[in-house]
Amino acid sequence: MADLSIDFAGIKSPNPFWLASAPPTNSGAQIQRAFDLGWGGAVWKTLSVPIINVSSRLGSLDYGSARMMGLNNIELTTGRTWEVNVKEIRETKKKYPKNALLVSLMIESKKEAWQEAVKEMNDTGCDGLELNFGCPHGMCERGMGSAVGQVPEYTQMITEWVTEVAEVPTLVKLTPNVTDVTHVARAAAGAGADGISLINTVGSIMGVNLDTFAPLPAVDGKGTHGGYCGPAVKPIALNMVSACARDPKVGIAISGIGGIATWQDAVEFMALGATSVQVCTAVMHYGYRIVEDMIDGLSNWMDEKGYRKCTDFIGKAVPNVLDWGDLNLNYKLIARIDSDLCIGCELCHVAAWDGAHQCIDLEMGNGHRVPVINETECVGCNLCALVCPVDGCIRMIEVPTGRKPMSWTQYQAELAKNPKFAPPGQLELH
Amino acid sequence: MAANSGDKLSMIKNLARKLSDVEYDKNFADINPPFASHNSKLEANRCLFCFDAPCTRACPTHIDIPAFIKKIASGNMRGSARDILNANILGMSCGRVCPVDSLCEGACVFNDRDTEPIQIGRLQRFSIDWFYQNWAETKKMFKPGKSNGKKVACIGGGPASLSCAFYLAQLGYAVTIYDKNDKPGGLNTYGIARYKMSADEALKEVKLAELVGVKFKQNCEIGKDIKVENLTRDSDAIFLGIGLGQTEDLGIPGEDLPGVVDAITFIDELKHKKLRDVTVGRRVAVIGAGNTSVDAATQAKRLGAEMVMVLYRRSEAEMPAYNYEYEIAKKDGCVYYFLTAPKRIIGKGGVEGIECVRMKLGPPDRSGRPAPEPIPGSEFVLECDMVIKSLGQKKQREFIQKVLGLKTDNRGCIAVDDVTLQTSNPKFYAGGDCVNGGREVVNAVAHGKRAAWAIHKKLTGRDVDLEGLWKNESIRRVANKAEFQYA
Repeated sequence: MADLSIDFAGIKSPNPFWLASAPPTNSGAQIQRAFDLGWGGAVWKTLSVPIINVSSRLGSLDYGSARMMGLNNIELTTGRTWEVNVKEIRETKKKYPKNALLVSLMIESKKEAWQEAVKEMNDTGCDGLELNFGCPHGMCERGMGSAVGQVPEYTQMITEWVTEVAEVPTLVKLTPNVTDVTHVARAAAGAGADGISLINTVGSIMGVNLDTFAPLPAVDGKGTHGGYCGPAVKPIALNMVSACARDPKVGIAISGIGGIATWQDAVEFMALGATSVQVCTAVMHYGYRIVEDMIDGLSNWMDEKGYRKCTDFIGKAVPNVLDWGDLNLNYKLIARIDSDLCIGCELCHVAAWDGAHQCIDLEMGNGHRVPVINETECVGCNLCALVCPVDGCIRMIEVPTGRKPMSWTQYQAELAKNPKFAPPGQLELH
Repeated sequence: MAANSGDKLSMIKNLARKLSDVEYDKNFADINPPFASHNSKLEANRCLFCFDAPCTRACPTHIDIPAFIKKIASGNMRGSARDILNANILGMSCGRVCPVDSLCEGACVFNDRDTEPIQIGRLQRFSIDWFYQNWAETKKMFKPGKSNGKKVACIGGGPASLSCAFYLAQLGYAVTIYDKNDKPGGLNTYGIARYKMSADEALKEVKLAELVGVKFKQNCEIGKDIKVENLTRDSDAIFLGIGLGQTEDLGIPGEDLPGVVDAITFIDELKHKKLRDVTVGRRVAVIGAGNTSVDAATQAKRLGAEMVMVLYRRSEAEMPAYNYEYEIAKKDGCVYYFLTAPKRIIGKGGVEGIECVRMKLGPPDRSGRPAPEPIPGSEFVLECDMVIKSLGQKKQREFIQKVLGLKTDNRGCIAVDDVTLQTSNPKFYAGGDCVNGGREVVNAVAHGKRAAWAIHKKLTGRDVDLEGLWKNESIRRVANKAEFQYA
């Protein structure tokens, strides 16, 4: 059986599945229950200055009949006292020495305050610190959370305060609410952080009540922007994780966060460079028990693929992420429709007609209409295969072009040498 | 509708025991109960929103089904109901009584994916139930068209006339429905099994026609209470939705015995009496195996008959009843005697039994189905107290030819132009059972709508596509010109 254990910048964990700093890690009793069910690690709900929370706090994005494609919150840091949290962190670590226990911190942006807090954490026995420079709501208005993480200089300064005194590895949690996340990641790395965790939540308003015109989630008829997470943000997170993993100026361990609900999601994050993954929304939806399939599925997949340990596949997709200019313009796909599998919904037809390249016609065949690809018009965009409700009915087939691979960058280089160099790829008539 | 048969039925020898109110309520409860709101959304969200959807093509009235389902999913109930009613004024009846397995749901692409089709009928019902439950508001959605000074008479109060009248009234015609019955609605009011739809519900759809200005003259029979010449003189066009005649006779001895009743009369009583007061025998034989036969057989059983026997001279394969109807009858415990024909009804002063003969299937007859032939010497007697005749309704060939002066087809139905539904008298149009020989409510609605379309075009020269009505038809014609066919 595969070995699922990881070493995250010196933090040992029996598996890569950690609970993200959030309501599921609010107390010792919760985290201990999660460890009993198999979670490898947990990041304690952010310890901070005293706060007062509002009611309500959460909003959901439902799609069709699927609940909670996305979740947002306007909850602040822990509502429990510093002393209670410290006592429970100590107890939990003592009871679960093999699990990774990290503590999230968000402190007033003063050197003394930060260093005092970090020193106190050194005494709890926790395995690592996570600096919350990410929350996009509430605390940022008081100069904390994303207010720090949006400015590389602030990130560097505070991270330096922490690494000066920290006796355990330090992670910086990054906000996605920036133009280029690698700038902040580089600042954290430059300040001596041992790792980064991303993404924190995305600034968001979940909707509007059309009777009261209150933004959602609503507090006494009013609302504010909150932090958005859940399956809907996964692609954003994958992109940002891969950007950090590709950047040699970052070069530190990555804990991936953002819509992870299954072992496949976790493997995708790890393939793009994450050593551990953190989960919140899926646990808020279904409970800690989801980790059972995450462990089981990952283990089975690794056995099937012949990976003995996680480092065998961590980062394996990173070299495949390129700039657009390096993609092969001489690679050609076209769609093929298996008319035996076609059920006649004609969604591919209307999608192609209204939303793509007018390349699927309806023709009579076998007494009913079947969609047929117009191969001269098809640009291989995937849309028809994406909308088709039948697995395997529309497949994208490679058509050999007989031309050797050439990217835009290479083409520009050739053009510089010879202005009459024939362009690669295919001309689109429309 | 039909004459009260109470006198004849009071002679039934062995009456079924009366049930408790709880049992009646249970037996006649809605057979296909409405969706709870959240379930309707779950189901609506399952719809793929097919382009030029097969369900819409399969619906004789071409309701834009994916459109109304998407509107249920989005919470646009008003738009959903309008999409249905613009295509089919009897959206409520059709949502409940349509043979959806053979129409929209049978065409759903999910059938080809080995997945349950979308429950279109129940979703339609959900939308239209909402419409009638919010009548105080929703009635503002429909109003009479601006008067164009033209008059149309619709004969018969059933689905075909209601449909024709509803659309013409919205286009500005003064429309009157002349109907021989007490209550409007035709077979929707009188002839639908009680566990599918009550008479009160059928009358809500009549209200919708009244809302757009349709006038109703009840207890008014054409050729008797009102002369055809007067109608012709006073109207710019006449639509005939006169349905069919009485139930066909068995043509066997004993048919006049007390205890022999026709299915339509029996169902009519069921709809308008307290269930406790409907007479039913302890052992009931139903002759014929169409959909009306199922309604009669199942309801006899549900009223308390101990034994219900359905006799059919052909085999199960030729049976005209829809499969899902047959399933209801089987679940209710009705016993089918296939290849069994009645020879005579036996009894002194009332039905005591029915003598039958076994049949075998011979070569195809004119209908293309194998002709049943009696097996000599195979006679046997089934003991029963009541016989319900359900052989289909008679065509009104004589009435159509002599009173209305119109041509009939070879079945005895009114001969019409396939597209316009115009009869041999250019002023007369016809639709529904009197044209198709007896089909579904939805076929009658489609006829009424198409006739309205043709009448409007003839009288004004304008195509209704331009009026914004019949949205689906116009879209379909554009989308699919070559294939477009009238249902």
